[in-house]
Amino acid sequence: MSSGLYSMNKREFDIAFDPKRVKPYGDTMNDGKVQLSFTLPIAADELAKEAAKLYAMKMGLEEPSVVHMADLGVGYSFFVVYGSCIHTIDITDIKVTKVESSVMSMTEVDEYIRKNIGRKLVVIGASTGTDAHTVGIDAIMNMKGYAGHYGLERYEMIEAHNLGSQVPNEEFIKKAVELNADALLVSQTVTQKNIHVQNMTNLIELLEAEGLRDRFIVACGGPRISHELAKELGYDAGFGAGTYAEDIASFICQVIKKPE
Amino acid sequence: MSSLKLDVRLIDSARESARQIAEDTQKLIDIHTTVAVERTITRLLGVDGTDDVGTPLPNVVVENIKKAGGLGIGAAYFLVNAVLNTGLTTQEVAEKVSAGELDLTKLPAKPEEEIKDKAYELAVKMVERIRSNREKRDEYLNTIGEGRKPYLYVIVATGNIYEDVVQAQAAAKQGADVIAVIRTTGQSLLDYVPYGATTEGFGGTYATQENFRIMRKALDETSREVGRYIRLCNYCSGLCMPEIAAMGAMERLDVMLNDALYGILFRDINMQRTLVDQNFSRIINGFAGVIINTGEDNYLTTADAVEEAHTVLASQFINEQFALKAGIPEEQMGLGHAFEMDPGIENGFLMELAQAQMAREIFPKAPLKYMPPTKYMTGNIFKGHLQDALFNIISIWTNQGIQLLGMMTEALHTPFMADRALSIENARYIFNNMRSIGEEVEFKEGGMIQTRAAEVLEKAAALLEEIAEEGLFATLEQGKFAGVKRSRTGGKGLDGVTEKDAKYINPFIELMLNR
Repeated sequence: MSSGLYSMNKREFDIAFDPKRVKPYGDTMNDGKVQLSFTLPIAADELAKEAAKLYAMKMGLEEPSVVHMADLGVGYSFFVVYGSCIHTIDITDIKVTKVESSVMSMTEVDEYIRKNIGRKLVVIGASTGTDAHTVGIDAIMNMKGYAGHYGLERYEMIEAHNLGSQVPNEEFIKKAVELNADALLVSQTVTQKNIHVQNMTNLIELLEAEGLRDRFIVACGGPRISHELAKELGYDAGFGAGTYAEDIASFICQVIKKPE
Repeated sequence: MSSLKLDVRLIDSARESARQIAEDTQKLIDIHTTVAVERTITRLLGVDGTDDVGTPLPNVVVENIKKAGGLGIGAAYFLVNAVLNTGLTTQEVAEKVSAGELDLTKLPAKPEEEIKDKAYELAVKMVERIRSNREKRDEYLNTIGEGRKPYLYVIVATGNIYEDVVQAQAAAKQGADVIAVIRTTGQSLLDYVPYGATTEGFGGTYATQENFRIMRKALDETSREVGRYIRLCNYCSGLCMPEIAAMGAMERLDVMLNDALYGILFRDINMQRTLVDQNFSRIINGFAGVIINTGEDNYLTTADAVEEAHTVLASQFINEQFALKAGIPEEQMGLGHAFEMDPGIENGFLMELAQAQMAREIFPKAPLKYMPPTKYMTGNIFKGHLQDALFNIISIWTNQGIQLLGMMTEALHTPFMADRALSIENARYIFNNMRSIGEEVEFKEGGMIQTRAAEVLEKAAALLEEIAEEGLFATLEQGKFAGVKRSRTGGKGLDGVTEKDAKYINPFIELMLNR
């Protein structure tokens, strides 16, 4: 409807796609159109509306339009804003290190293990160190899973042990030996001052000191973890936000199969 | 009259099977106690606070007794015996135990009758405090009133109780009727209740007695301001189920999540522990006038909402019977169910409608708690908002009691203030615009909706009959609920369960059941 053909606005931007200067797309290449909503801790009035608009401009939105303002009841106000963003991104300059395994579904993983490994894989997971948050490891391991993706406990060919939170690295390793684990999953959810990096490094050092590093697949996950960081710290893989049980299960069974 | 034409005899037989199941299990419950039950008794007898390293005194007291093998005789016996021996208050006794100056099981034993009389005398004080909280709630409801059903139920989960207050007051002003303060991740597995006001939690805020008090006070203020009594909800589950119930009763909470099987299935808490704990927690909730919410909705986040719908109904029947055993009237039974079908299913809405109406007709007096879509929320907030709208339509159509509002940002983050405002606006629009649809529209005789409801009821009745024959424990071991298998001696917290001794006393059971 509002395509370039009928637009009365003078177009002041280049409409050719440029991978070095990618912008959001509304209905015309490089128009930079963005929709956003946010709350300001100030009462909903004309001043608040102007504040929202100026704030959007600070975020790099040109000609921001505050299309909705609502009073939230305690002197806070909610906004929906549209605008054109001035920023661009050079996608030719982005490097991503990815986990190299193809992702299979739960039934495919079970089938794969049955066919290629012929026994149940033992996977233990924990939120280690001082981290008390199990939301990540629970999403991966618990029966219930997350967002419709079942957890490892539900896999027929995986024996999953979720050790919970604040598990010391020493105890984690002890349990891994006791259960004769194939893979160790370390979750780090909320951390301050990069303590997760120290804690994760500590686990690898302990494993190496006891000569156990090669016995297990060791993977880590959490919102601040990337595959790149994990590799750097001596892990086999790292999984960031948006990872589900099948991503990890697929990785583990494919790595275990490899040596043969 | 049933608009679904449900088979009344089938409902009666399902209910009878559930009664047998609860009866059988109750035999085991009655002869056992747990560390959590004893800590609860300790709290109700007036012990609070922590030692200098932060261990709650009720844990110190019960640990002192358990260590000497006295758990089966119970905390009431030893605490009261110490009071009689020393002339101190229960709190002073606990402090002395904590300082290592007193060993509860080493004191000379007073005559049992004397201990029993004193225990009842001390217990009555707390029972009266809880009764007056109940009366206070009734007074609020009678003077300032309440919102229309379905009550709009929203959660706050900032991790900081003071920030929660801001969010809760905003939600109440936007139209919410029930505020639930979600607990921090992992609290259900702590075998103690943290102490004092807390400002750090993840995905929620610690349930502590002080946090309960702070929020109740804030909501009382807002209730007066908006002219509606705003109910406060927390989570009476996990390893401290009865302790949370006691704290809630003392601070006038109004609603508690309190399921008989949830901890077993979803937190891997030992089944014996949970069943004993749930019984005492429900006795307290029943007496305190608290509406309990059961957790059947969670089955469907694991199991398929179409295939496993009958397990939800079966569990509602079982929860109803356990609740009756603990003295909870039907009006306080917020049995749970959920709108969790895959939105891609053709005519899924009709099946959801059939099931919601079925629950309503089978439990007519219960303020059913209806849970929003969570499993198939994708991050597409626009679609999510529509899914929530369909859920709201079913709720008003079938006259649900407590509407746990869906958030379009479900699966993305704990709700922002604005997310809640949009959800409340969504529900209010639909509830108002479609208010009487259930009275105007009838279901087609033998049509898709009636057939679906009949099918679910039939399967639930058959399942209950099977469980009544095999016993609840065996059923849980086989994974008949939510597809989750649990063993009788597995899971967390079994070491805190013990058989009651002949000398055992818990004055609160009698005082609270014979109100």
